[in-house]
Amino acid sequence: MSGRLYAGIDAGSAAVKAVLVRGGTLEVAARAILPTGWNPRESGEKALAMVLEQAGADSASRIVATGYGRVAFPFADRNVTEISCHAKGAVQIVPACGTVIDIGGQDSKVISVQPDGTVADFVMNDKCAAGTGRFLQAVAGMLGMDVGALCALAEGEEPCAITSMCAVFAETEIVGLLARGKAPGSVAAGVLRAVARRIHALAARIPLRGECVFTGGLAASPACGRMLSQELGVEVKTPDYPQYTGALGAAMLAARLR
Amino acid sequence: MAHASLEKFRAVTDRNVLRLQEAKQAGRKVVGQYCIYTPLEMVLAAGAIPVSLCGTKNDSIPAAEAMLPRTLCPLIKSSFGFALQDSCPYLAASDLVVADTTCDGKKKMFELLAKRKPVFVLQLPQTQDADALSSWRRQLELFKDRLEEDFGVELTESGLRDAIALSDRFRQALKRVLDLGRRKPSPLTGMELMEVAFRASFMPDYEERIQELDALADAFGSEGAEAAPASAPRIVLTGVPTGMGSHKVVQLLQDCGASVVCIDNCSCYKKVRDNPEAAGDALDVLAARSLDIPCAVMSPNPGRYAAVGKLARDFAADAVVDLTWQGCQTYDVESYSLRGFVHEDLGLPFLQIVTDYAEADTEQLRIRIEAFLEMLA
Ligand code: SF4
Ligand code: SF4
Repeated sequence: MSGRLYAGIDAGSAAVKAVLVRGGTLEVAARAILPTGWNPRESGEKALAMVLEQAGADSASRIVATGYGRVAFPFADRNVTEISCHAKGAVQIVPACGTVIDIGGQDSKVISVQPDGTVADFVMNDKCAAGTGRFLQAVAGMLGMDVGALCALAEGEEPCAITSMCAVFAETEIVGLLARGKAPGSVAAGVLRAVARRIHALAARIPLRGECVFTGGLAASPACGRMLSQELGVEVKTPDYPQYTGALGAAMLAARLR
Repeated sequence: MAHASLEKFRAVTDRNVLRLQEAKQAGRKVVGQYCIYTPLEMVLAAGAIPVSLCGTKNDSIPAAEAMLPRTLCPLIKSSFGFALQDSCPYLAASDLVVADTTCDGKKKMFELLAKRKPVFVLQLPQTQDADALSSWRRQLELFKDRLEEDFGVELTESGLRDAIALSDRFRQALKRVLDLGRRKPSPLTGMELMEVAFRASFMPDYEERIQELDALADAFGSEGAEAAPASAPRIVLTGVPTGMGSHKVVQLLQDCGASVVCIDNCSCYKKVRDNPEAAGDALDVLAARSLDIPCAVMSPNPGRYAAVGKLARDFAADAVVDLTWQGCQTYDVESYSLRGFVHEDLGLPFLQIVTDYAEADTEQLRIRIEAFLEMLA
């Protein structure tokens, strides 16, 4: 069966990710990422075409879709929530993983994972943007940069205190801080710390077990991972391609479907 | 057959408002109540019709927010919004409104309501010991006086005993329907269980309630109807009241493939719970029975855990979902302890859902629920 390919597509609010794994060895054959844009279905189809092309194949044996846009893919064999997929993907990358922290664009979650990659328990943040990528995006936008640049700016800076976690009130607070001459880097670090604290509060509801793996796009920033380790008091592990964790988990599930 | 009987039940209960108005025209008095701690048997014994005023609709909330904080529990806002808009036929029909001092939000709302409607406040104790029971019994005596005075009737011991017997028969009939959920698979969906309890609670005529509910139980009892595949995870839903209009989470659970087999709240299964043995006169019995209700407004509230444990076993639950209305502090805080109990003592998965009546968070909730169900698979 080693000739078979299994695909996972993760249609998040910001980006669509696709991962292709080989049957048998379950090694990653290809990955692709695209902005979700207005049409998740089109972006998903495109991402799938990209990974297939990279692997020199015409089609995948099975496809599992995940993420907010997962219902947009009628060609998927199954829809699975990103919670199950992140758990599966994280254990695939870090076998000793017991906890997954995912800061997504829409919501953040802390997932307690069993050794086989199934979910033991999970918590998600409430309705508001606090502690999610949305909050960081709003702040970055205010400072005239993207989230990646905001994280880079925070690198090695002493975080200043940000008390407001509401995107709307934080704006006023940050404008005030900058007006009082605070360095933008220190403000950026303060914002990251505020998010990390929010995640800490969320994680307090679930016992942190095993290795703690940080997934999702934000995990690509070393500053973010360090801040999270500091606030949680445990070393968080960041996989090499953190934003693909959900798509990888979906591909793993596709390989296991009967 | 079974589903035809459900349709018939719907048709009969669609006339609830009409029947209430007819009864009123015929001279019957109507007493609205906001909580099941109010012994409806006393209202029955006064020859009046008890109706539930618990707000379950989102429509009336914006009106209420003109006076109440937006962060308040949607149930309180919905209830009060109906009063402001004068848009609830049951409230409009009420000659007297009974208000129990349950949670803080409700009792402060009742102060505002009293400016618009004749309100009788029952000072509900927050605990269930002997002291609380004697003070609760005194409250019921005051309520009795008020009913007698307002309606020019006398609540006799035998009248109260008759009313208790009537309401016991109603509870038995409702229990027969709600216990259909014990079957594997359940012949009724969670939405249907909730809808039946909800609609029955607005039927003015108790004999008719009993007859209709018995007919439903008979029809479903004799037939192998299946509301969900046998593999669907069986959920006991506990927590805050739900009704038509505040059914979002029940609907979502079932849309996502779960089978809600029991709804442990005061609009559903708490109505048919086993009553404690009580000695004394009718008021003693009513005081003991009602104070025993394990709602989160009680502190401590040991009966809640016992009830959830029993229902999880009786209904062969695969998981417990705890529903909390946003802004409801009592249920929200209690959820932490309940989670521990369900995990450790019952060994079952547990999910708390905090939401309101609006649709805005439906997609987020769907993911949470789907992930939870994937976890059970
Ligand atoms: S939840 Fe408790 S306080 Fe509220 S109506 Fe029900 S029994 Fe009364
Ligand atoms: S749900 Fe909670 S806050 Fe709302 S009325 Fe009932 S006890 Fe009060």
